[in-house]
Amino acid sequence: MPQELNYLKETPSQTAGPFVHIGLAPGAAGFDIYRTELGWDIAGPNAKGDRIRIEGLVIDGTGNPLKDVLIEAWQANADGIYAHPEHAGEVEAGFRGWGRVITDFETGEWGFDTVKPGLVPGRSGMTMAPHINLWIVARGINVGLNTRLYFSDEERANAADPVINLVEWESRRQTLIAQRSERDGQAVYRFDIRLQGENETVFFDI
Amino acid sequence: MVKPGEFYQRDRKWHPPAYAQNYKTSTSRSPKHPLISLQNSMSEITGPVFGHDDVDPIDRDLLSNFAKPGEGPIGERIILHGRVLDENGRPVPNTLVEIWQANAGGRYRHKKDTYLAPIDPNFGGCGRSITDENGYYYFRTVKPGAYPWRNWVNTWRPAHVHFSIFGTAFAQRLITQCYFQGDPLIRLCPIVQAIPDPEAIEQLVATLDMNATIPLDTIAYKFDIVLRGRRSTLFENRLEGN
Repeated sequence: MPQELNYLKETPSQTAGPFVHIGLAPGAAGFDIYRTELGWDIAGPNAKGDRIRIEGLVIDGTGNPLKDVLIEAWQANADGIYAHPEHAGEVEAGFRGWGRVITDFETGEWGFDTVKPGLVPGRSGMTMAPHINLWIVARGINVGLNTRLYFSDEERANAADPVINLVEWESRRQTLIAQRSERDGQAVYRFDIRLQGENETVFFDI
Repeated sequence: MVKPGEFYQRDRKWHPPAYAQNYKTSTSRSPKHPLISLQNSMSEITGPVFGHDDVDPIDRDLLSNFAKPGEGPIGERIILHGRVLDENGRPVPNTLVEIWQANAGGRYRHKKDTYLAPIDPNFGGCGRSITDENGYYYFRTVKPGAYPWRNWVNTWRPAHVHFSIFGTAFAQRLITQCYFQGDPLIRLCPIVQAIPDPEAIEQLVATLDMNATIPLDTIAYKFDIVLRGRRSTLFENRLEGN
């Protein structure tokens, strides 16, 4: 027998189920229990940069929106700094860069307010276009799905982005790009996530 | 001190596949295209940081965090405890652990749950805690009940507690479920059995822990959680710009 390696195995994932709100958003489940629920203010009051809104649906393979999905967002600030000890640099007081989003139980629409992130350092000296990392869990999703949201008004940065360019099929790259419009003078980006079927969103194994 | 590198890739054969035939809901919610494999960048090796200020001590006590003064939920009083480790066997300290569950009758406090078992007026069904410097966490709660769900006509979930764990990086983010030793429904459950390897299923089964039981008071189950580990060698691809 050669030596044992003694690594542990990662705990297997299980679906978040239809009642994920009880644990992660109890107010939405219909009751008030914690002093503060976590994740409802991604950028905080002091964040620099453009205030934006992101909206969308998560759509299943039959074309219907999911009404029981929960999304987590993870992003850098407007300077491209993540609020994390391994990323050198300061973020604004109150900027966590992480948020939780749930859908309307009737329509499946979701949305959140944040600031637009900046360019982020990539691997090997490359630069990544501004993006928000998303993680999607729901009943029927056995392992949380990772994708990235890029911005339609960052064409040049997107064209040079090393992750977008990893997607071999150019037609599929569009699924990662949120489309900008304006509403009452504020930038609103539309990002529908298609779990399956025509224009299935690109998901990543990170 | 060697700067830690990338996370070990997730063993997708250890996890359930996106599409599991017997778990019907997964049929239309599973991507058909393969996932695109990404090497870790700053976006994956970072993740939200939580502190002890984010949670209150009572948040870990489901026996009292929703109960009226002097009252408590109906059911078997349990301590659910363990450590959060990484694949290298190192503890993961200061990480947020959140749980949610049905009450002892198998009913969730959720506006969309319509099961006929009653809501327990003294039970919310959620808790959260930050691991200590050794990666240790504990909750006090009641053992959840089994409940029926619409998959086949006669399908029952084994008693389970949902767990959400963060680790230090978005790449480690995990949601799973904890089952209880000896439950005959585990082997019948399409959600559990979506996991192909029986050894992986065993990893989700909490063990009766008599040493942690409080005599004449509360019975204990141990549930350790393993998050992805990361390399720590000097010979790295360049993760960051230079």
